[in-house]
Amino acid sequence: MFDLKALYQEVIIDHNRHPRNCHKLADADRMADGFNPLCGDRLTVYLKLQDGVIADAAFEGEGCAISVASASLMTEHLKGKTASEAQAIFDRFRALVMGEEEAGTGLDKLVVLAGVKEFPARVKCATLAWHTLTAALKDRREPVSTE
Amino acid sequence: MSAATFPAQRPMRQGGSMTLDVAAWRRDFPILARRMRGKPLVYLDNAATTQKPKAVIDAIAGYYQDTNANIHRGVHSLSQEATEAYEGARGRIQRYINAAEAAEIVFVRGTTEAINLIAQSFVRPRLAAGDEILVSEMEHHSNIVPWQLLREATGAVLRVIPMSDRGELLMDEYLKLLGPRTRLVSVVHVSNALGTVNPVREIIAAAHAQGVPVLLDGAQAVAHRPVDVRLLDCDFYAFSGHKLFGPTGIGVLYGKRAWLDAMPPYQGGGDMIKAVSFEKSIYNDVPHRFEAGTPHIAGSIGLGAAIDYVGSIGLTRIAAHEHALLAYASKRAREVPGMRLIGTAQEKVGVLSFVIDRIHPHDLGTVLDCEGIAIRTGHHCAMPVMQHFHVPATARASFAFYNTEEEVDRLFEAIEEARRLLG
Repeated sequence: MFDLKALYQEVIIDHNRHPRNCHKLADADRMADGFNPLCGDRLTVYLKLQDGVIADAAFEGEGCAISVASASLMTEHLKGKTASEAQAIFDRFRALVMGEEEAGTGLDKLVVLAGVKEFPARVKCATLAWHTLTAALKDRREPVSTE
Repeated sequence: MSAATFPAQRPMRQGGSMTLDVAAWRRDFPILARRMRGKPLVYLDNAATTQKPKAVIDAIAGYYQDTNANIHRGVHSLSQEATEAYEGARGRIQRYINAAEAAEIVFVRGTTEAINLIAQSFVRPRLAAGDEILVSEMEHHSNIVPWQLLREATGAVLRVIPMSDRGELLMDEYLKLLGPRTRLVSVVHVSNALGTVNPVREIIAAAHAQGVPVLLDGAQAVAHRPVDVRLLDCDFYAFSGHKLFGPTGIGVLYGKRAWLDAMPPYQGGGDMIKAVSFEKSIYNDVPHRFEAGTPHIAGSIGLGAAIDYVGSIGLTRIAAHEHALLAYASKRAREVPGMRLIGTAQEKVGVLSFVIDRIHPHDLGTVLDCEGIAIRTGHHCAMPVMQHFHVPATARASFAFYNTEEEVDRLFEAIEEARRLLG
């Protein structure tokens, strides 16, 4: 039997119950909306950029434990990264949750989401915040969809 | 064991015998022996699609092994056999829903195509800007979007019959919405998201009193309740084979002969014509006029076998067993703290749609999946229903006659596990 605790690790449960940076960012200079029509999850990602570096990141919205925890962990991880660094982290993160890469090098706490690879239907939940981040970095105004 | 301990006759009133029946029915479905993630499969996603009995699988394989040929017009014997099998399935469907004649049964891909066919061939030619189509708040997207497409093309208006917080249509509001501009009432017989059985006889009678024809979306009804289109007096009735233990890709549009005869073709192609020249084509008679191209012959034969199979059990027994399952599951649901049922109509089929405090349906679906339990989570292609109840999604367990009380118990054990883990 697959161990559910490998998916819903303590860190994920904690970030779902107490999401970090879960608020509107009043002085955000970038924001984007993301939508997963499959499960109805919606979230907004806010970014504050300073000299090409993400000085602050936050999100608001509703979703499943995987998407909320992923958004929460993402906003923690992003601070101090440049846009291109953030994009590179997303690429590695996506490879991790899709089971294409085992190591998760440089992903720190984000590796707790590695269990998602056993549940292909949940990859979109884990990546919704990141797709929305990409849209925010590109300053795209149209809401992004995981579909 | 003596006959006294195994009463074989009419088992409905005796719980033990009912269990024996269900055990026998389950053996007819090879997939129910599967294990998922190491646990026996508990399949509670029957409103999405039902499983297929061996009789259906064998009928499809048998057609391809012994009878495969294109139908109609073939002078060879194999084509004749295939045609008889295909038309034989049409006859079975006619009898299953008590249509007056086989010509009133049109084979389509599924409920969605049936509704689109009616939208384009029946409604569109009779529609002017400002005319109204009446649907309900609990429609599946397949009974919303085809009318929106018509609205864009014609300037017609889509009106919506509201529902109560129990998930029952507000009949007073319906009567107010029926008016001189109403050209069609198109409502769901049984709601896929709520399980509500709508009072379709009253809906039809009220529409007919004003000369308005009625289309029923019967996708969720035909596997659970006897449907008699002549008793209902509906003008059109649509359903899918795969929700009736038959194959995907085959469905049925029933239409009253007089309406079908007056309708132009939906698609052009082979089989739907009597003669073709570059100047003019003469269309075939119904139902062939609406069946352009080589149809899903194996699918129709599989659906015919499914109807035979359901008939061998009987819809009355099926309805009684599913009703008992729903009653038991609803009772269990009321004992779970923080669990809210979405859809509590007086008249329901075996659909248990629900949300649980602090647990997103998607997470619940994953926890259940780890226990080998298949339910559906999401908006169930009925986003307006989700809006009505102010939820982004629900979890939905939907029953068929092969489900058991033990499976309901496993569902609620897994829900407890989800509450421990995530609640």
